[in-house]
Amino acid sequence: MSAGVVVLGAGQAGFQLAASLREGGYADPITLVGEEAEPPYQRPPLSKVFLKGGDGPESLSFRPPSFFERHGIALRLATRAMRIDREAARVLTEPGGWLSYDRLVLATGARNRPLALPGAALENVVALRGAEDGLALRAALARSRRVVIIGGGFLGLEVASSARAVGAEVTVIEAGERLMGRAVSPAVSRHFLEYHRSRGVVVELGQTISAILGEARAEGVTTTEDRDIPADLIVVAVGVVPNTELAEAAGLAVDRGIIVDHALRTSHPRIHAIGDCARFPSAHGGGLTRLESVQNAVDQARCAAADILGKPQPYEAVPWFWSDQGERLQIAGLTADAEETVTQGGPEAFSVYCFRNGVLIGAESVNRPADHVKARRMLAGGERPQRAAFAS
Amino acid sequence: MPEIIFIQADGTRRPATAQDGESVMRAALSNDVEGIVAECGGAAACATCHVFVDDPRVPPVTPIEDEMLEATAVPREPGSRLGCQIFVSRELEGLEVRLPETQL
Ligand SMILES: Cc1cc2nc3c(=O)[nH]c(=O)nc-3n(C[C@H](O)[C@H](O)[C@H](O)COP(=O)(O)OP(=O)(O)OC[C@H]3O[C@@H](n4cnc5c(N)ncnc54)[C@H](O)[C@@H]3O)c2cc1C
Ligand code: FES
Repeated sequence: MSAGVVVLGAGQAGFQLAASLREGGYADPITLVGEEAEPPYQRPPLSKVFLKGGDGPESLSFRPPSFFERHGIALRLATRAMRIDREAARVLTEPGGWLSYDRLVLATGARNRPLALPGAALENVVALRGAEDGLALRAALARSRRVVIIGGGFLGLEVASSARAVGAEVTVIEAGERLMGRAVSPAVSRHFLEYHRSRGVVVELGQTISAILGEARAEGVTTTEDRDIPADLIVVAVGVVPNTELAEAAGLAVDRGIIVDHALRTSHPRIHAIGDCARFPSAHGGGLTRLESVQNAVDQARCAAADILGKPQPYEAVPWFWSDQGERLQIAGLTADAEETVTQGGPEAFSVYCFRNGVLIGAESVNRPADHVKARRMLAGGERPQRAAFAS
Repeated sequence: MPEIIFIQADGTRRPATAQDGESVMRAALSNDVEGIVAECGGAAACATCHVFVDDPRVPPVTPIEDEMLEATAVPREPGSRLGCQIFVSRELEGLEVRLPETQL
């Protein structure tokens, strides 16, 4: 019998890969190896409803245990992959020892970028990635009045919105000159700046943190403008780094992500990499790209599964993303390289259409799901709409 | 805990017990009912939890849901809903939920 597929990382991408393999008729063993104790679960609610509600981590799980039993997907939870032995086609797990594979899939995701400052390890300086973090942050929010969030990206702003909703005084400190600066157009940044300020969130732009105050517990931060901001809780949301160490040690090509081709194969033909850890040639502009989104994790998993099933197809799915910060933001395509934008709609609900070389590359929709749906269709079609087709 | 009935595209009926306040989408997943994908996990952002209901007890479609229902894989019908936007309570006991042929 074949040793089957071993998946390292039982998150969004790993779960989907296993499910898609079975859906496609894969008959050999499938083993999901995951460091976390929980069965595979979704992360997006962690910064949103989960922080505001009282549901336990089981409310996040993709499927009940019976699903994995029924489909013959072996879950090796609370198990860490330590080393890949490419020659012998096996992985060292802890606990559990060696595990042989026919095909290996790396779905190790990303981890939060730590803050390189004294005091960053204090108990009330926290970050959010997993269910345990979510439980801890929810409990900490309930005891805290003043919350400082470092980083004004999607995650930081979602936490800001949730913290505000449960009654905290919230300050967001963002190093860039605008919110979500690397990800969205200036018009969308501006809208969310006004929105969060209107909800009473203090937003400091163009500033970073020079020190965390306090000895036993953090009591606040000092900004680079030399201002002290008191806090009972500090949330660090300054981006992630992909988990590439296993791949690197195994001699796979790694450069700001595990390098893969159009079929999500690494530099070794029996090993795929998918999701937050993979850097792939994007069919939607931007060259080699690494994305952190549910869409990317799910569609890459489907694509890698098809390749393992012997039906390869290039990874060309239209990127899409959503962020719920009290206001609803939906993005279709990759908009970071836009040269020109056209905004349609009013102050409360609008879409920013983004163009490069006169051709549509994406759309950012605020409270306009219908525009988002249409933009996804347009980007999936062969003929990309021209700038001229959009009235300002 | 209310019971609702999922009906697959081939007509197979499958009763399922829902937690009070749980969405139809979550109820399907936690009862291991096939036919729901739910990529976005209930954020009304993916339209892969498409279901059909024809029951006056169910609250009407919200504006966001209405717009996202244009993104379903099989064409929208008068009874089309996003399963993640219908919340089950005792008032919906016995609700019949039809599942589409595909979500993708
Ligand atoms: C709080 C939060 C909110 C988000 N909100 C949104 C949103 O609104 N919309 C959106 O599109 N995306 C959102 N995302 C992003 C989305 O959740 C990720 O892009 C997605 O989870 C990526 O899937 P993945 O499988 O690649 O990685 P993950 O889901 O992170 O899974 C990787 C898994 O691998 C495990 N692992 C790593 N190394 C090892 C090892 N050596 N051995 C064993 N296991 C290992 C990790 O513990 C982890 O469980 C959010 C993310 C977070 C954290
Ligand atoms: S689960 Fe995504 S829209 Fe319902």
